[in-house]
Amino acid sequence: MSSFADQLLVLVMLINLIMLGTSRLMFSIRAVAVQGVILGVLPGLIHPFSGHLAGITAGIILAKGVAIPYFIGGAVRKAQIRREVEPFVGYVPTLLLGAIFTALAFVFAERLPLAPEHKDLLFVPASIATLLCGFLILTTRRKAISQVIGYLVMENGIFVFGLLLTEAMPVMVEAGALLDLLVGIFVMGIVINHISREFSSIDTSRLRALKEE
Amino acid sequence: MTDIIIHCAVALLFPPLLLGVIGKTKAAFAGRVGAPYLQPYFDLIKLFRKGSVFSETTTWVFRAGPLITLSAALIAVLLIPLGHHGAPLSFSGDLILFAYLFGLSRFFTTIAALDTGSSFEGMGAAREVTFSCLAEPTLFFSLLTLARISKSLSLSTILTHPTPAIWLAAGASMLLLVGALFITLLAENCRIPFDDPNTHLELTMIHEVMVLDHSGPAFGIILYGAALKLFILGAVFINIAFPVATGNALIDWGIFIAAMLVLAVAIGVVESVMARLRLVRIPQLLVGATILSAFAMLLVLR
Repeated sequence: MSSFADQLLVLVMLINLIMLGTSRLMFSIRAVAVQGVILGVLPGLIHPFSGHLAGITAGIILAKGVAIPYFIGGAVRKAQIRREVEPFVGYVPTLLLGAIFTALAFVFAERLPLAPEHKDLLFVPASIATLLCGFLILTTRRKAISQVIGYLVMENGIFVFGLLLTEAMPVMVEAGALLDLLVGIFVMGIVINHISREFSSIDTSRLRALKEE
Repeated sequence: MTDIIIHCAVALLFPPLLLGVIGKTKAAFAGRVGAPYLQPYFDLIKLFRKGSVFSETTTWVFRAGPLITLSAALIAVLLIPLGHHGAPLSFSGDLILFAYLFGLSRFFTTIAALDTGSSFEGMGAAREVTFSCLAEPTLFFSLLTLARISKSLSLSTILTHPTPAIWLAAGASMLLLVGALFITLLAENCRIPFDDPNTHLELTMIHEVMVLDHSGPAFGIILYGAALKLFILGAVFINIAFPVATGNALIDWGIFIAAMLVLAVAIGVVESVMARLRLVRIPQLLVGATILSAFAMLLVLR
């Protein structure tokens, strides 16, 4: 089953690159939802079945695949933005950077002192690549929404790393992390709405200077 | 021996039919009857019977362009294996020659276009080289990945090596390669998301612009060369995407030809359902294809 998990991880990394290359926000949100669902399926493939596992799978798919995309999608609709217009770095350069980061993640994962049973799996490089791609989205995009998506991708990367430890990870910790994420996204959605109502734009690079009344 | 004869016969006679099938598919999508399947052959015969007009400002480069393009394609078709039969010509490292034969033919197409002195054709030439220098790395990455899988540097071995077993073992990277190669196939042959072979609209033409000044037999040679190029890249694609071999030589040829026809239909479907991309989006898609193939190589190298 682990080879199928590897194919899914390749898909996860491809979704990273798709998100780096697209300018449409709704498309990015759907992509991150698909990534969340894939991440939800993954634990079932590498660990034997248990109630704990079923709980994690259902929780992840619900939170990452349904709830979070729904909140961000709602925020996008309310703020009426369709695409990221002018990122700090263009799409093709970020796409190339993403590819280079992915390659570097593979090189880096080779050098890590991993447990022998994890050596041949794609989990560690995929997790580092996802983390770096999320970081790239977070830093190169102007719109607050894109930055939230970047943050989500980063979290997905951390989650992939955590997958190797699912056995040891108690449900409470998992649930706590998801809840944090959910609340974070919820708050960000409200913040974005407020920014767009106050300033008629959610370009965060304009929020640098303080204004005196 | 018979295989070599069939190889040459298929390579020489079959390519224009692909264009006919693509045209018929597009016509079916548009609800028309469409030109007969053999229309490209009739067009070629018509062009070869015509006389040529050469502008006085052009030099020998303009006349040599189509000939060199066609001969490069004819050599390239000898290098690739068709339907799991070894190629007539093969040596270690011929994949470099294969890639640069396309480079040579592209160089002479663009330089012949520049030779006319028309600024319009110069624009087409500039576009062509810009896009092809983005498409070339994809071809190289794909060939290198396959070379790595098959541990050989000769196209005959590389392209006959993929089997269903390899697809199961390295499915992800093979899938990435197929995706990247299909994009390259469309880009290199000026098919729709990149360039519309039927349009004569100034702003969007790429390949058509460069051959505007050619007429008669020279234009026929260009059309035939383009069909041959589609056939060659299509054969490379089929070898990787549909690696089925029965062992019986004749059945394998049949499978190959059927697969090529299916590919032509697939291209026709893509052309019917997709709109042409904006010019600024084309580099993005080509870079995407390069990344796909580089990613495939990364997975294989690991």
